[in-house]
Amino acid sequence: MAITPPQYLLHHDGDNVAVAMEDLQPGTLHGRSVKEGTEGTAVLNHAIPLGHKFALTDLAEGDAIIKYGIKVGLASAAIKKGDYIHTHNMRSYRWEASRA
Amino acid sequence: MGSKPRLMGYRRENGTMGIRNHVIILPLDDLSNAAAEAVAKVIPGTMALPHAFGRLQFGEDLQLTFDTLIGTGVNANVAAVVVIGIEPKWTQRVADGIAKTGKPVAAFSIEGKGDLQVIQEASRVAAMFLQDASGLVRTEAEMGDMIMSIKCGESDTTSGLGSCPTTSQAVDRWVDAGGTVFFGETSELTGGEHLIAERCIDAATRDLFQVTYDNYIKVIEATGANLLGSQPTQGNIAGGLTTIEEKALGNIAKTGSVPVVGVLTPAQMPDASKPGLYFMDSSSAAAECVTLMAAGGAVIHLFPTGQGNVIGNPIVPVLKLTANIKTAKSMTEHIDLDVSGLLRYEYDLTKAGDMMMDVIYDTVNGRLCKAEVMGHREFTFTKLYISA
Repeated sequence: MAITPPQYLLHHDGDNVAVAMEDLQPGTLHGRSVKEGTEGTAVLNHAIPLGHKFALTDLAEGDAIIKYGIKVGLASAAIKKGDYIHTHNMRSYRWEASRA
Repeated sequence: MGSKPRLMGYRRENGTMGIRNHVIILPLDDLSNAAAEAVAKVIPGTMALPHAFGRLQFGEDLQLTFDTLIGTGVNANVAAVVVIGIEPKWTQRVADGIAKTGKPVAAFSIEGKGDLQVIQEASRVAAMFLQDASGLVRTEAEMGDMIMSIKCGESDTTSGLGSCPTTSQAVDRWVDAGGTVFFGETSELTGGEHLIAERCIDAATRDLFQVTYDNYIKVIEATGANLLGSQPTQGNIAGGLTTIEEKALGNIAKTGSVPVVGVLTPAQMPDASKPGLYFMDSSSAAAECVTLMAAGGAVIHLFPTGQGNVIGNPIVPVLKLTANIKTAKSMTEHIDLDVSGLLRYEYDLTKAGDMMMDVIYDTVNGRLCKAEVMGHREFTFTKLYISA
C-alpha cells in the first residue's frame, strides 16, 4: 500500500476532532479518515504530542465533540478550528462532575 | 495465509482445554500466603498465588472470593491445586469446588499445626502433583475448545485506532471458529453502552446487560466524585484521551462485530454449550478484570495498550499489543505485537489480524508471552464492599 503515512487521523468523515499520529508542530498537515479513507488537509494552531486531538471546526462552549461519529464530550470553552483539544476545553457530558 | 499450524493444548478431566500446565499453591486467605509461597520454594516448578483477602468477608462479597478462588483452580491452564488456608472449613470448601471437575486437589489448614508442618505436608503433595503434571502431553485443540478474554489498559487514542480494531479481528475469527470470548469493563462502556445493547442477541440478554450496566454506574455516580484522573486515568489523559465517552468508544472497538450471546456475573463460567461473545460485569482495573475472567475460564487474554500497561496473570498468558509507536519502541520487553504500522498504512486491518493470530497460535502452543517472561503474575480480587 503506497500511502504516505498520515500526520493525523479522524475515525469518520464528519468527526470534528482529529488525532495526531506523530508529535506535531503548528502548520498545515495531511491526514485521512479511517472509515471512509478520505484524504484531506487541516491547519494545526498549537504543537501537540502523538495521540492528542485538535479541532477540525470552530466550536462554541457547550457544542458536542464528535469522534467515531458519536458524541464523546462537550466543549467546555470556545474552541477555534485548529486548536488543541483536551481536558482544558473539553469535558464529559455523562459524568458532569468530571472536569478539569 | 496458507495452512495454519495446529493448536495443541492440555485436555482436562472435565473436557476443558488449557494452554498451560501449572501446578498452583492457592492460599485461601492473606494469612496463608507465607506457607503457600514457602511450598512453591520447596518445590520449584509449582507456583504460589498470594493475594490480600479471604478473611471476615460475608455475603455476596465472600461468594465472589470463593468463586474467584475456585474458578482459578478450575481453570484449564491449571493441572493440579494445593489449597492452604488458616481454618479447615472454608479451605475445604474451595478444594471441594475444584475437585468437582476431577482435577487433583489437596487442602491443608494451618490452625493447630503451624506453618512448618503444613509446608512439609503440602510440599509432599505438591511434589507428586508436579511430577504427574509433567507427564501430561498436549493434544490437538480447536478454538472452540478454548475461552479467550479481552481487556485493554493504559489506553490512548491509538488504542481505538489500531490495537483495539486488531483485537476485534481476533475476536471475530475466534467466535466464527466456534470459540468463546469474554469482554467486560462495565464502567468503560459509558457513552457507548447503547452499541453493546444493540448487539445483544435477544431481548432477555439486552435487558440483563442494561440492568447490569445501570447498577454498576449507579454505584459510581452515587459518589458524586470528579472521576477525571481515575476514569479516564492519568495515563489515558497523558495519551490524549479526555472523557469516559471517548475512552469507551475505543474500548468497544475491540469487541468485534459478533453478537453478545450472554451476560455473566463477575467470575461466572459461561454455558459450555453456548459459545460466543460474553459480557462479564467487571471492574476496568486491569488485574481485577483479568483475574475475574481467568476465574470464569479464560485461558488466553488479549490486552491492547496505548501508553504501555505491563499487567500479567499467574495462570493466563496476557498478550500485549499496541499501535503507539513510542510505546512499541520504549517498552519492547512488554509488547508482544506492534501494530503501529496500521496507522502508517503500511498494511491493512486484515493483515494486522493475521499478525495477531500468528502470535495467538504461538502462545497457545506454548511460546511464553512477554508478561510470562517478565514474571507478571497479578492476582487481584474484586471486593464488593467492606469486610465485617
